[in-house]
Amino acid sequence: MNEQLQSDFDKIIKTFKISEKQIQFKKSFLKKFIENGFPNRKQEDWKFLDISKIIQKNIGNLSFFNDYSLPNKIDPSIFVDDLKHNKIIFINGRIEKIDFSYEDQDQIEISDEIGTNITFNYKNSLIDLNNAFTNKVFKILIKKNYSLKKPLIIYHSTNNKIKSKNLNLSLNFELEENSCLRLIDYFIDNTEKNFENILYNFNLKKYSILKNYKLDKFRNNNLKYFFNNIEQDDNSISETFILSAGSDYFKNEVNCNLNGEYSSAFINGVFSLKENQQHEIRSTINHLVENTKSYQLIKSVLGKNSKSAYQGRIFVNSKAQKTDGYQLSKAILLDETSEFNAKPELEIYADDVKCSHGSASGSLNENSIFYLMSRGLSYQQSKELLINGFLLDVVEKITDPEIKNLIKNIIGLKE
Amino acid sequence: MDTREKDIENLKDYKYGFTTDIENIKAPKGLNENVIKFISNIKKEPQWMLDFRLKAFERLKLLKEPNWQKPKYPKIDYQDLYYYSAPKSLKDKPKSLDELDPKLLETYKKLGIPLQEQARLNGIAVDAVFDSVSVATTFKGELTKYGIIFCSMSEAIQKHPDLVKKYLGTVIPVTDHFFATLNSAVFTDGSFVYIPEGVKCPMELSTYFRINASETGQFERTLIIADKGSYVSYLEGCTAPMRDENQLHAANVELIALDDAEIKYSTVQNWYPGDENGKGGIYNFVTKRGLCKGKNSKISWTQVETGSAITWKYPSCILKGDNSIGEFYSIAITNNHQKADTGTKMIHLGKNTKSKIISKGISAGFSDMTYRGLVDINSKAKNSSNYTQCDSLLMGNKCGAHTVPYIKNKNLDSNIAHEATTSKISEEQLHYCQQRGLNPEEAVGLIVNGFCKEVLQQLPMEFAVEAQKLVGISLEGSVG
Repeated sequence: MNEQLQSDFDKIIKTFKISEKQIQFKKSFLKKFIENGFPNRKQEDWKFLDISKIIQKNIGNLSFFNDYSLPNKIDPSIFVDDLKHNKIIFINGRIEKIDFSYEDQDQIEISDEIGTNITFNYKNSLIDLNNAFTNKVFKILIKKNYSLKKPLIIYHSTNNKIKSKNLNLSLNFELEENSCLRLIDYFIDNTEKNFENILYNFNLKKYSILKNYKLDKFRNNNLKYFFNNIEQDDNSISETFILSAGSDYFKNEVNCNLNGEYSSAFINGVFSLKENQQHEIRSTINHLVENTKSYQLIKSVLGKNSKSAYQGRIFVNSKAQKTDGYQLSKAILLDETSEFNAKPELEIYADDVKCSHGSASGSLNENSIFYLMSRGLSYQQSKELLINGFLLDVVEKITDPEIKNLIKNIIGLKE
Repeated sequence: MDTREKDIENLKDYKYGFTTDIENIKAPKGLNENVIKFISNIKKEPQWMLDFRLKAFERLKLLKEPNWQKPKYPKIDYQDLYYYSAPKSLKDKPKSLDELDPKLLETYKKLGIPLQEQARLNGIAVDAVFDSVSVATTFKGELTKYGIIFCSMSEAIQKHPDLVKKYLGTVIPVTDHFFATLNSAVFTDGSFVYIPEGVKCPMELSTYFRINASETGQFERTLIIADKGSYVSYLEGCTAPMRDENQLHAANVELIALDDAEIKYSTVQNWYPGDENGKGGIYNFVTKRGLCKGKNSKISWTQVETGSAITWKYPSCILKGDNSIGEFYSIAITNNHQKADTGTKMIHLGKNTKSKIISKGISAGFSDMTYRGLVDINSKAKNSSNYTQCDSLLMGNKCGAHTVPYIKNKNLDSNIAHEATTSKISEEQLHYCQQRGLNPEEAVGLIVNGFCKEVLQQLPMEFAVEAQKLVGISLEGSVG
């Protein structure tokens, strides 16, 4: 594996037009990655999803080289129709199009920056991998007092030209004071056995609002890892919604630092898994100053042989008095072979706080099914109705009505 | 009253902090095969016991000390410890309590443990463990009438080798984690209890552990077997002298409940916690595990943890028999620089198994408290259920309270519910109590006792009163 990494890295450096300093920068990350390798279950954070083993078993020979010099054809049929939106299109890890045609062009700045220093602390070899291999890191800056008129949809798409490849993406967002961004990550794949490694870094200034919706709906055989780092200033709000349903393996990680007073973070997630899928959400909310708030709600519906895991951590600094933190995870197991794992963690160093978590898992309530069947529904219909209601609860938490409807349609939820 | 005793009077915060001047026999310092042979030899153990120890020692060489726990501690030099220490006067074991060294008797009197049978009014059978050996077991005669075996581990190895051989190491095998394996290799004494079929033990059985000698580790091993349809309630208490050094206590406790049997195991742990600045104190790294082997069996752990510099233990239940029940009730209190990482494991293997976890953590001063627990419902454990509640109370913003539950559900017919909250004592409650004439400390004591009530209720009467007092003492000086 290490030889492969080194030779792919050399090939990639040749195709990039970057400075010597940037090459050194990338090399240092490669070195770090080679030292640590892919995460495995021996590491506490990866206990439930052993990426190292999954790659070995399901992908086999992973190649890290991608020729980013040739453009890919954009297939317009993948676009979301019923919502006007701005677009960024990634195909096979290459940015094909950036389109902000609905917005005031002078209110948004897009720059490409390689080799910006990562500003947050992490212990995660996949971030090193990302830094070593990403070809372009774009920074999107929303200027002061500007709210995007239409949501931005980022299409993560792959076509059948690639197989057993590692794709790395990295984006930086900065929301200046009192700005607002609605961002949808939309996954659509026609490939299998690739490993996508995505890293977003958000910087929310005072009074800014970020709404991020990640939609992984369409069935595919890829392995995906998505890391969000969110830095929040005074009175900022971040809302993250995760629909985790399509890929074979998917781990979503959100690290949120509440650095400013009265800032708040919301994370809502839905796992809807079928055969052999393994998904995980891991969240870390760091309450670092007074009067911050966080709320998390994660629900799972687990079919045959599927596995979901939720690792949520609320950290409260000794300065962060008056913190309000809440976590709730619920799961319905539909089959004898499905499995739910949870590790809701509280780490608290301040005394005047209100923190709680709850977790419940089990099967569908037989009494409820009986009730519905006695009113004329079939067993299957009753089951579907109950699951529908169970998941609708999370989707109702979405604060944007337009996007809420879009997501309801995508999932196929009825009211 | 001599001066030393006066000193004790002055040491209000830890009244068990005295040492007893008594001549000791010690094994040579360090950990090696010869020391293990020395221990085995001095206890006149049969060959199979020595083999058990050596097997554990072989295994120990391959193991590393775990380091995933929250409270970190300076590296322990295992070669710098005495693994065996016993009062010299016990070399030829006294035949009755009258022959026991009066100094020892005095020690236990000071600790409030009735060793002499005239204290039979208390109605509790006691096995007292002093450093490495059991010094006395009371009420033997009466227990024998019921066929109950309650004696020290060394005695059991001599007199009941079949039982020991059959069950020792079946719940905590020699191939377990570092500290458990260390214990298997060097354990010195402990209690052995066997309750025969259909017998309900008529009195509480109790063990009292005391570390006295310096630079020693205490490694005791307790084995309790409840045969079909039997019942036993077992209590455990611990104290140690005040010393600047940290002392290691790594015990193994194995419980086995056969069909329809019930074991109730209560601990009031009050090892020396170190001084206000966190100097000294006991490292309490204990492995406790119960196996509900038979159908309809029940194991219930109750613990009140107020002492030790570092507490690191997870009394667990393996629910193997169908319809078996596991319970865990815990109060853990940390003050000053104490640290605790404690909780439980409930492993559901059999059908219709149930478990309940109630954990109350209180941290004050500069202390750190972690609840860490595992609920694992296996795919074959149909219709199982678990309920977990862990509440933490914080006093001041220099301390920490953490909750790390692991929840694994692999069975669709099973339910797991988990709740946790963290809060502080509300100003309103304090105000209300003070208004009615309580001073702030009393008010806190009252509120804390209310917070702990669910767990204190589970303790046998005599212990509940003591534990309640202990809760108050542990939190002294933490308000304001």
